[in-house]
Amino acid sequence: MSTSDATHLALYRQMVLIRRFEEEAARAYSQGKIGGFLHLYIGQEPIAVGAVAALQPDDYVITTYRDHGLALARGMTPRAAMAELFGKVTGCSKGLGGSMHFFDAEHHMLGGYGIVGGHIPIAAGTAFASKYREEKRVSMCFFGEGAVSIGDFHEGLSLAALWKLPIVFVCENNEYAMGTPLSRELSVEDVSTKALGYGMARDRFFADHVLTVRDRLAEAIERARELSEPTLVEIRTYRFRGHSMSDPGKYRTPEELEERKKRDAVLRSRADLEAAGMGADVEAAEKEIEDIVADAVRFAEESPEPGPGVARSDNV
Amino acid sequence: MSVMRFREAVRAAMIEEMERDSRVYLIGEEVGHYQGAYKVSEGMLERFGEKRVIDTPITESGFTGISIGAAMVGLRPIVEYMTWNFSAVAFDQILNNAAKLRQMSGGQLHVPIVFRAPNGSAKQVGSQHSHSMEHFYAHVPGLKVLAPATPADAKGLLKAAIRDDDPVLYMESETLYGVKGEVPEDPDFVLPMGVANVAREGTDVTIVSWSRMVHVSLEAANALEKEGISAEVIDLRSLRPLDEESLVRSVHKTHRAIVAHEGWPYGGVGAEVADRIQRLAFDDLDAPILRVTTRDVPMPYNAKLEQYVIPQAPRIVEAAKKVLYRA
Repeated sequence: MSTSDATHLALYRQMVLIRRFEEEAARAYSQGKIGGFLHLYIGQEPIAVGAVAALQPDDYVITTYRDHGLALARGMTPRAAMAELFGKVTGCSKGLGGSMHFFDAEHHMLGGYGIVGGHIPIAAGTAFASKYREEKRVSMCFFGEGAVSIGDFHEGLSLAALWKLPIVFVCENNEYAMGTPLSRELSVEDVSTKALGYGMARDRFFADHVLTVRDRLAEAIERARELSEPTLVEIRTYRFRGHSMSDPGKYRTPEELEERKKRDAVLRSRADLEAAGMGADVEAAEKEIEDIVADAVRFAEESPEPGPGVARSDNV
Repeated sequence: MSVMRFREAVRAAMIEEMERDSRVYLIGEEVGHYQGAYKVSEGMLERFGEKRVIDTPITESGFTGISIGAAMVGLRPIVEYMTWNFSAVAFDQILNNAAKLRQMSGGQLHVPIVFRAPNGSAKQVGSQHSHSMEHFYAHVPGLKVLAPATPADAKGLLKAAIRDDDPVLYMESETLYGVKGEVPEDPDFVLPMGVANVAREGTDVTIVSWSRMVHVSLEAANALEKEGISAEVIDLRSLRPLDEESLVRSVHKTHRAIVAHEGWPYGGVGAEVADRIQRLAFDDLDAPILRVTTRDVPMPYNAKLEQYVIPQAPRIVEAAKKVLYRA
């Protein structure tokens, strides 16, 4: 197996982990074992996985409430992730955060945030800190195209450009802000043009392949690391499930969904790896992931709940 | 000890802490080249340079969020709003990020940040520039709220706020900036948060207050003294955490309490103080607890009307007589 094939297999494995984790989370949700909101990353896996492959381990990453994929790609254990969804004290945030608030400080995964756009200045602040300390560290901030109309997107980008902060803004454009299609959200179809008014570099491409995501983001990461300049990158993608578990998806046709599933980057990588003669490795990886996800669910079910003492804040 | 104005005490606290810790910096609108909208940061740009005294565009939500993000990964920002009124457009950042990050990350992250600005009424600045924002913020677990009344407390509490590992909101007052007082010069003069000060001892009635209203309460206490009424003035200094013990101790002595503050009467810190006293010292009370607050209207521009709306010493005197059944 060549180095590049081994890398591709590892990235495929990560994407399968996310997909199978999300499918089992959906099942547990429908069984009433997970409460609140549950926003699945199914369909968007190549973005988190490709991005993490292009970053260094101590770079900062921050995302929205659709945060399971990035957390897992970054190295959070499936056990800590699933236990958080189950509200257990063994979860990454001790059962205090839930689906929308995954945090993993050890892996510099600085959170999932539930207010659309609110984390964009926060992400810029982590880049501000890196620059202040004269570190060559990059921040990467993920958000949907639904975030680009709100004020914090513009304030965050405006200040990042003004102060030349080492950050990559990644717009995961899945074409729907909850149930509102792009055409009814924005006056322009090309989200990356929002960078122009801030004098910021931009890029735009489809997340058809995990290696494309990795290589294109590497350019923006290099700009941040070497020149301390921000970039807005629009990555076109599609989510194969609803906005959250309560979304019946009536705003799009079954035909559209089926058509888009043909562009599934997970299947694309699988086909590529099989064609490269790695079918057995692919199947072994898939088998391993099944066990890991089953173990995570078992761990989450068996873990204890946090007691009232865990919720108490000693701030007051 | 040296005599300083309130604004100089705030500045001295910032300078000392910035010299002590390179992670501390000041950020806000007009804090650098303009020398501070109210001259609080005068001279600091020259002393620390543009890296640590940072002028921002008019982007309260943006620079608040950026500072929270920087604090989350280890810096210790001091965020100055031109006034607390403008923090309203950054409310989401303070409420949802600064206050929540520690708890919702299961304790993995801390946000060591100070937000500071003048608060409350100034002079005829109208309804949008006269808010008492402490009432909004003190409601939120995860935030600490300080409101000193004297230059010494201003310095000691701001230093404590900067050294704290969690968010602290620090309320100043445009009309207090020129007030003079003795201030310790010891660079480790740090006051504990959550400890009230007895600004004046008395035996007949307790007046609870903070920030500028402490001075108005003292004026009222002097007037009451002339009528043979001995008022004790408690300066809370810290609104969250709240010093319940000092309230109980005072009411145990006086059996009567009033709360005098700027800001509207509906809800708010005054209502919280009244709740604590009735709950913790019910048997000591000889009269209902009364509140003297900004009247329940948006602040009018007209000078006489503004004075009518803001609590004045005669209103405090009247309330004190009422709880003493001498009205």
